[in-house]
Formats: sequence, C-alpha cells, structure tokens
Amino acid sequence: MKADPKLKPNSATRNSKADSKLRTLKVDYLARVEGEGGLYVKLKGSKVQDVKLKIFEPPRFFEAFLRGRMFGEAPDITARICGICPIAYQMSSVHAMEDALGVRVEGQLRALRRLIYCGEWIESHVLHVYMLHAPDFLGYQDAIQMAKDYPDLVRNGLTLKKTGNDIVNLIGGREIHPVNVRVGGFYRVPTKHELAPLAEKLERARDIALEMVRFAASLPMPDFEQDYEFVALRHPSEYPFNEGRLVSNKGLNIAVADYEENFVEEHVEHSNALHSVLKKRGAYFVGPLARFNLNYTKLSPIAQEAARSVGLKAPCRNPFQSIIVRSIETLYAVDEALRIIHEYEMPDQPAVAVQPKAGTGYGCTEAPRGILYHRYRLNADGLIQDAKIVPPTSQNQKTIERDLRHYVQQYLDLDEEKLTWQLEQAIRNYDPCISCATHFLKLNIERT
Amino acid sequence: MLVIGVGNEFRRDDGVGLVVARRIAQECPDVTVIEQSGEGAALMEAWQSDETVYLIDAVSSGAAPGTIHRFSAHEQEIPAQFFSYSTHAFSVAEAIEVARVLNHLPPRLVVYGVEGQDFGSGLGLSATVEQAAHRLTARILEEINSPNDRPPNHRS
Repeated sequence: MKADPKLKPNSATRNSKADSKLRTLKVDYLARVEGEGGLYVKLKGSKVQDVKLKIFEPPRFFEAFLRGRMFGEAPDITARICGICPIAYQMSSVHAMEDALGVRVEGQLRALRRLIYCGEWIESHVLHVYMLHAPDFLGYQDAIQMAKDYPDLVRNGLTLKKTGNDIVNLIGGREIHPVNVRVGGFYRVPTKHELAPLAEKLERARDIALEMVRFAASLPMPDFEQDYEFVALRHPSEYPFNEGRLVSNKGLNIAVADYEENFVEEHVEHSNALHSVLKKRGAYFVGPLARFNLNYTKLSPIAQEAARSVGLKAPCRNPFQSIIVRSIETLYAVDEALRIIHEYEMPDQPAVAVQPKAGTGYGCTEAPRGILYHRYRLNADGLIQDAKIVPPTSQNQKTIERDLRHYVQQYLDLDEEKLTWQLEQAIRNYDPCISCATHFLKLNIERT
Repeated sequence: MLVIGVGNEFRRDDGVGLVVARRIAQECPDVTVIEQSGEGAALMEAWQSDETVYLIDAVSSGAAPGTIHRFSAHEQEIPAQFFSYSTHAFSVAEAIEVARVLNHLPPRLVVYGVEGQDFGSGLGLSATVEQAAHRLTARILEEINSPNDRPPNHRS
C-alpha cells in the first residue's frame, strides 16, 4: 500500500492544459494480496487510457505435471497450489475424479466435506476481513497498526480464525495443506466425541461472527455500483459449497460439465494468469457477492437475519460491500458447522471404494474467492491424461480491471495518494489470490 | 519452556527450524517441542501458556547463507521481510508484532532465524545450513541449560 512518493497530487483545477496532462498511477507490488502482481493506470486528462492488473508471478504449470499421475494423487498435488484455500482444490479435484469414476459420496462423508469447507471459509474470510481489508476502510497501513486502536476487534478476529483452523486441523489432519482428504471420502473420520470440543468453540465463534457483521456494516463504504454478471453455484436446498448448477443473474443455468462450452480462457500480454470470460458476454464476477446475490434464500436464518439487520439486500452491486458479505458468510459457515456437528454420526467407513476406469470428470466448488473448476481425463488405469484448472481469481481479473477503470473515472479529482489507496482497496474487494491464478499484484497510475 | 520449529521440510533449507527443533527434542525430552507451519493465529495460541519460548525459522534477508540471526521479541521489532512466507497470510513476524500490540507475547520469546541457501523443492538441508543447524542446536541447548545467561543479540 504505497503511493509512488514521486507523484505529485493531482490539481483539482481542470483546464484545457490539465485535460491533456498524462498521469500514471502505479503500485509496483501490491501488499496484502497473495502472490506477485501490480496495478498500472494511465490517465490522459479526464480520460482513462489504460488499466492493467499485471500479474508477474511466474506460471506454475500444475496442469502439466498432473499428467501421468494417478487419479488419487490429484487432491494432494492440487492442494499445493494455494496455502490459503487448499480445501477448495481438494474438494474440486475429488468431485471431478468421482464424476469421472462414477462414484457418489453421500451421508456423513458428504457432510464432513461441507464441514471442512466451513473451516476454510472461516479461516480465509476472517483473515481477509480483519487483517487485509479492514485496514483499508479505516485508514491503517496494516493490521498491526489497526490492532493498536482496535485491540478487542483484532483479538476477536484471531479467535474466530483459530476456530476455522481447528476445523481444518481436525478434519484435514493439519491447518495448512491438509492431508486427510481422498477421492471417495477421507483417510480417517473423526469420532463424535472428537467433534464435541469444536462445537463449544463454534458457539463462541457465532457470537463473534455476529459482531463481525455489525463491524463490517459500520465501515465507511465508497459509493460505487456496477452492472455485473454474477456467477455462482446454486443447489436446490443448500448454500453452495460442493455441488450445484452454475447460474448467473443474466440467464446462465448450466451443468458443471458444460463449463468449457460457456467460458473461455484468454491470454493477455500483461498477465501470467489467463483471463476467463463468458463466451459472447465477457467479464463476470465470482465470489462471496455472487454467491450471496444468487443464493440469499439458502443462507441459514441467523445469517439472513444478520444481513437484514444491517440493511444488506440481494442483489448487492457495490463490490466494497463484499466485506459485509464475507462476514455474513463467516457467520453462515460457523452456523452450518454447528449444524453438521450436532447431526453427526460417525460413518462405518472413512471412504467409499473407488476403482480406476477411463473417463472424463468435472468438478466445480465454491472456494472462498469463488468458483474453482477442475476437469480431468483418465485412462483405464486411472492415470491422468489431461487436466484443466480454472481458479476464481483468473475469472475475476477482467471484472477487477473493469471496476478500476470505472472507479478511476468516478474519482478523478482525488489526489494520487488517495486514488491509489482506494484502487488497492477496490482490488482487495476480490481478495485476489495471484498464486492460484498463475497457477496470479504492483499499482501503476499514469496521467497525461 | 516451549521450543517451536517453523518451516516446510519439503523446501530444502526452509525446514531448518524443524530440524533444529527435532534435535532439541532428542536432547531434552523434558522440553516441549512443537512443529508449526508458521500460520500466525496458531503460533499465538501455541505460545500463550509458556514463560520462555524459542522459535526457530528459516529466513531470507540477503545475509550469507548459514548466518544465524537472534531476536529477543521484547527488545526489538521483528523485521517482517525476515519471516514472510506469504504476502497474504498472517505469518511469524506479523504474529509477533500483533501479539506485542495485544500484550500476548510470552514473558520471554527468543526468535532464531537461519539464513537459507536453497529453498527449492526437495528434502534435506544444504551443507552450509546443515552446519548452521548444528551450531544453533548447540547454542539453544546451552541457553536452555543456563537460562539466566542470556546472550546478547548478535549474528554469528
């Protein structure tokens, strides 16, 4: 979060000379996002000439080195793509493999998969809201500075995050790069007794999550709305984690297997991450705001009530309000985790049997940042012949650039330092994960 | 007394904190030794009930490989670039600084950072860092056994 100190504040006076002045705003390395990227904005007078979200984290070639590996290795290999959302990679990969192999995982094993995903949403959302995004709204350089003025807030955030860690730790074997997920289920499932202490922590966490929603809703919100195409999973009876059809607010309604007929990845010169677009329609928006807008009625009563109590309604088109939505989803994840634990009965087997066979499988689950698509083609021995992975950040890149373009146009009178600050804040609305996207920040604003 | 080894043993020298912690566990069965990935919230919980905590991690500060850095958390800020493992996650340096602000530091927290040489994929330490691990293990054992004799902050 550093405006270029060499840049002079923009003159508030506009005349013909000022209108032809070239200005660039740039942030070489964006802080508080995962991975290496930057932002470049070029302005000529009152016109935005160029906006680039530059991603220079090197490509990581995961899809290539999955080829030739056994189907069962995919969850552990792909989990290494991201230290923040390994569960998402494990869940998308196991569901894609099970689709290829004709296996369904039901009952308590299915519920445990939702439970571990609740843990990851809590970990990821709480980290983003308290440590990465809230300092933007309150004018602090980082969470350490914010903690000096808001010690109880940060303390609560840490307690809440730890509760998410505890879920992932117990179900996944450890909190980072968990090792207990497999195609067909788990290597080991917890006893009812082992889950009991989690329930106690979650009861406390639910109170903190309610405070988190009120805190997020109290933050000063930039006035900024756009007409987005929101895309998320939709399930008939659940707020989506692992299953559902891909739907949008503009008529998309497809099975996961039809993803590649509707979405296409494009290479752009300034990014080592592919930009994903909807065919014939272009940019779209995935993540908490999309899920909330498309699945509001599937939230649990306490989460819906929390949204109502702070005046947040679907559809919400202000991306800055994603910090409120993340808080509501955190509350939902805590509440859903409690429901699952209360209804839990230990299954007889930790996994269903899986036999290799030739086929192609498709999986799409809701990572904290949005839909994560996996497709694998297997041979008769279960060896991966071909893999495709589309992470949420590469799907949001075009929308992030579009937001920045419109935001700059709306707030041209701000000086460089303030504008740069707010553009970084706008990027963090998407909680971008560059490491995932290159499987994907720096800011440059140039004015003429 | 608690010894925390931090790192990823599958990234060569990044595992030096784990190596040193395991050797201390072998030499001092009475000392509680734990291994951590470096995730901040988990670290803060781990050290909350011990009077004296040693934390060992690999660092990449530009110093010569094998250099041992020592920080006493109560006496100085921890340079964030020394212990960052991610621009996104809440890591060792941030955990210590947030804990300082929140008065959650243990009464004595000594942080050792070993300058790594090779953070590539694979098992095992580079020869230079292996030598540093050997020196650091001996040094921490000496500190543990003579807790009142606190060495000054310095590089070695």
